[in-house]
Amino acid sequence: MLHLTINGLRVTVPEGTTILDAARSADIPIPTLCHHPKLTPYGGCRLCIVEVKGINRPVTSCTTPVAADMEVATTTPAIERMRKTILELILSDHPNDCMVCEKAGDCTLQELAYFYGVSDNRFEGERRCYTGKDHNPFIGRDMEKCILCGKCVRVCEEVQGVGAIDIAYRGFNAKICPPFEKDLSCEFCGQCVSVCPTGALTGKAWTQRGRQKDVREIDTTCPYCGCGCSLTLHVRRNEIVRVSSRDDTINEGWLCPKGRFGYTFVHSRDRLKTPLIKEKGVHREASWDEALDLIASRLSKIGKKHGPDAIGGLSSARCTNEENYLFQKFMRAVIGTNNVDHCARL
Amino acid sequence: MAGLATVFGSGAMTNSIPEIENNDLLFVIGSNTTETHPIIGLRMKKAYRRGAQIIVADPRKIDLVRFSAIWLQHRPGTDVALLNAIMHVLLKEKLIDKQFIADRTEGFDAFKKSIEDITPEKAEKITGVPAKDIVKAALLYGKAKRPAIYYTMGITQHSHGTQNVFSVANLALMTGNLGKESTGVNPLRGQNNVQGATDMGCIPNQYPGYQRVDVPAIRQKFAEAWSTELSPKPGLTATEMVLAAHEGSLKALYIMGENPMISDPDMQHTKKALQSLDFLVVQDIFMTETARLADVVLPSSCFAEKEGTFTNTERRLQKVRRAVTPPGLAREDSSIIMDIAGRLGSEMRYNCMEEVLQEIGGLWPAVAGVTYGRLEEAGLQWPCPTPDHPGTPYLFKGGFPRGKAAFTPVSFEPSKELPDADYPFILTTGRQLFQYHTGSMTRRVPELNEVAPEAYIEIHPDDARELGADDGEMLRVSSRRGSIKLKARISDRPARGLVFIPFHYHEAAANMLTNAELDPVCKIPELKVCAVRVEKETGR
Repeated sequence: MLHLTINGLRVTVPEGTTILDAARSADIPIPTLCHHPKLTPYGGCRLCIVEVKGINRPVTSCTTPVAADMEVATTTPAIERMRKTILELILSDHPNDCMVCEKAGDCTLQELAYFYGVSDNRFEGERRCYTGKDHNPFIGRDMEKCILCGKCVRVCEEVQGVGAIDIAYRGFNAKICPPFEKDLSCEFCGQCVSVCPTGALTGKAWTQRGRQKDVREIDTTCPYCGCGCSLTLHVRRNEIVRVSSRDDTINEGWLCPKGRFGYTFVHSRDRLKTPLIKEKGVHREASWDEALDLIASRLSKIGKKHGPDAIGGLSSARCTNEENYLFQKFMRAVIGTNNVDHCARL
Repeated sequence: MAGLATVFGSGAMTNSIPEIENNDLLFVIGSNTTETHPIIGLRMKKAYRRGAQIIVADPRKIDLVRFSAIWLQHRPGTDVALLNAIMHVLLKEKLIDKQFIADRTEGFDAFKKSIEDITPEKAEKITGVPAKDIVKAALLYGKAKRPAIYYTMGITQHSHGTQNVFSVANLALMTGNLGKESTGVNPLRGQNNVQGATDMGCIPNQYPGYQRVDVPAIRQKFAEAWSTELSPKPGLTATEMVLAAHEGSLKALYIMGENPMISDPDMQHTKKALQSLDFLVVQDIFMTETARLADVVLPSSCFAEKEGTFTNTERRLQKVRRAVTPPGLAREDSSIIMDIAGRLGSEMRYNCMEEVLQEIGGLWPAVAGVTYGRLEEAGLQWPCPTPDHPGTPYLFKGGFPRGKAAFTPVSFEPSKELPDADYPFILTTGRQLFQYHTGSMTRRVPELNEVAPEAYIEIHPDDARELGADDGEMLRVSSRRGSIKLKARISDRPARGLVFIPFHYHEAAANMLTNAELDPVCKIPELKVCAVRVEKETGR
């Protein structure tokens, strides 16, 4: 274990810990844009700079490991001035369109601009102009909002193992794109969207469905495969408008294309909305009472005539434990048969 | 699951998802994990980055092969021959755990005899995997400290699926790779709550918690709890119900949220069977292919519209919460069931779903410690018998539920339908990343449907060349049971002579072609191997 002081506070951390992680473990905030705790440190945005006694230049806390008895200052007038300048430089080439941006209210860059009071910009000048649209169905890519933090590149490579995008060109022309600047053609897991600190990457299905205001977040469990990922449904006016995932659960915040983008079936126009009874080969709408009475009388007659084992029930791997329990209890205790199964074998 | 339950006394993943990253070796057999269980796939990739080696055994060059130390491309249905040869090598190289075998297992000697002459060279003839690769894989697994086996339907969906599972279990038992953290046998369950549906007793021979219906004391316990008489006769499995409907002995079927028309083998047969029922009720969120046949269709609620719990593949119960209200007159499945029960004169009344979970806990001690309050924080893995029990990340630490785990000698049996002159290709079926099961949900998500709009048949470039077929050209695929047409996707993923079709698409349903041949023990159909003919579709 190593001891250091951060802003005069004594902190003890294991060897190999970065200054940033040491500070965060002591609940001392340091702003970052390119850092993600599950990705390799990058040192790209320079916002996490701190002063270390004995080093006569600021160091990036996300890439600097703690040394014994280090004395760190995370906030000094000089450091804060530099941070504000960095933000001004980033924002000098960023569209000022927060009023229509999907990410407003949930944007790290917007939040930092707010806290550092960046509005007028000293560095107005040439801006990147990207008119090309990416036609993939899932991920909106507005590269003018990209700050080149590289989180999307790292998550795609390090977590997803796909490497669908990287930084192309250099200097002012640097941009993140798929090979040959084609449309994105990948697994569409949306991991990149989930780590993007600005509105550069968003879900296309989320567009103009609602930002943070009036959105309720409800944690639940994914309805697709057996991994059991945690989903957070963002709901506005009885409609799921997007899906995210908390990072402290078994899926570590990562999702697949079905989990992240496959929720709109819930509001599909094809949803069954009323009971149906088949007459002369055609389904007609019926009331619940009529449908349930018919079921009760037919099951009861068939049970009496042919015995309970002439009736079977198929339960669902899609339904909850409680519903499955009730279903088999219904078949066994009410109908009187063990003819109950589900699609475990399929 | 029946296979593992026979061997160990309990059938489920022995380890948990977070443990994957600490494996030093992963043996993935019959599981296209990155497409069917994408997030478990991510953990496997994480293990890889941390230095773990991966053995992939799969007839197709699945994505995980990119990360593998060795890929065994065995012929579909030859898993037993492959595994027996691997175990033969382990035996010869003395990479077995004698202490574990002596203390915690039974039947080793008979098993040992059964694999003594299954050399890698013999297995090469059956599986097509070079003997040296079999030896290499065996040494990798045998020398690893924390190896774990992962499998899915590639192991189970065979007429000898139970034998395959026994074989997997034998491998873990002889090396003592069970009952430890990050080491075990892990069947990955394919649906969000397939583990839960099985746990809850939606299986014909067991009540909730794997308690057998034909044991009088157990039956008595449930009869008392439910205040009624209960049948001692084990019921029919889903596939047997379809057969019984066809024969006429099953008259009525109540289907809640399943779509056997698409998911079951031999679709024509399934359709005839369901049509010959006197009465079919389907309760679902969409007008599925099965619901179209129903006498009564009941609109129900989806996951986002109800309270309850799902149990994932690693036995973890997690909360499901209501986020929106169901459309129109649609109701929750639980309230529909209780309502029908009431109309049949049996009161089934619960004020909330947590009361149901409490009742389950009273009948199955493994979940007695689970409450909704505890699940608010995080999921809990059964067994979790008391309110202060933290749950069980890995099984069999202190021993096996059945006492000693049993070795089962297994000999290779070929699949029931093999290629011949008329039907020269082997067809195997499965899932792809962007669609899910019978597609009733994902095919209604426009974005998913845009990237995966239609069925296709994966075929090796050399086979395609022989047929004179181009990529994207329409092909007719026929088996003894039916025929479909779909686009060619020329790919080096399958071996020569093997074709793959995803089963999500009703308009070109793979299950028009598949064989309804069942495994004699657990009645799983042979969806992974059947013989087909592939031709160019003329006059399109």
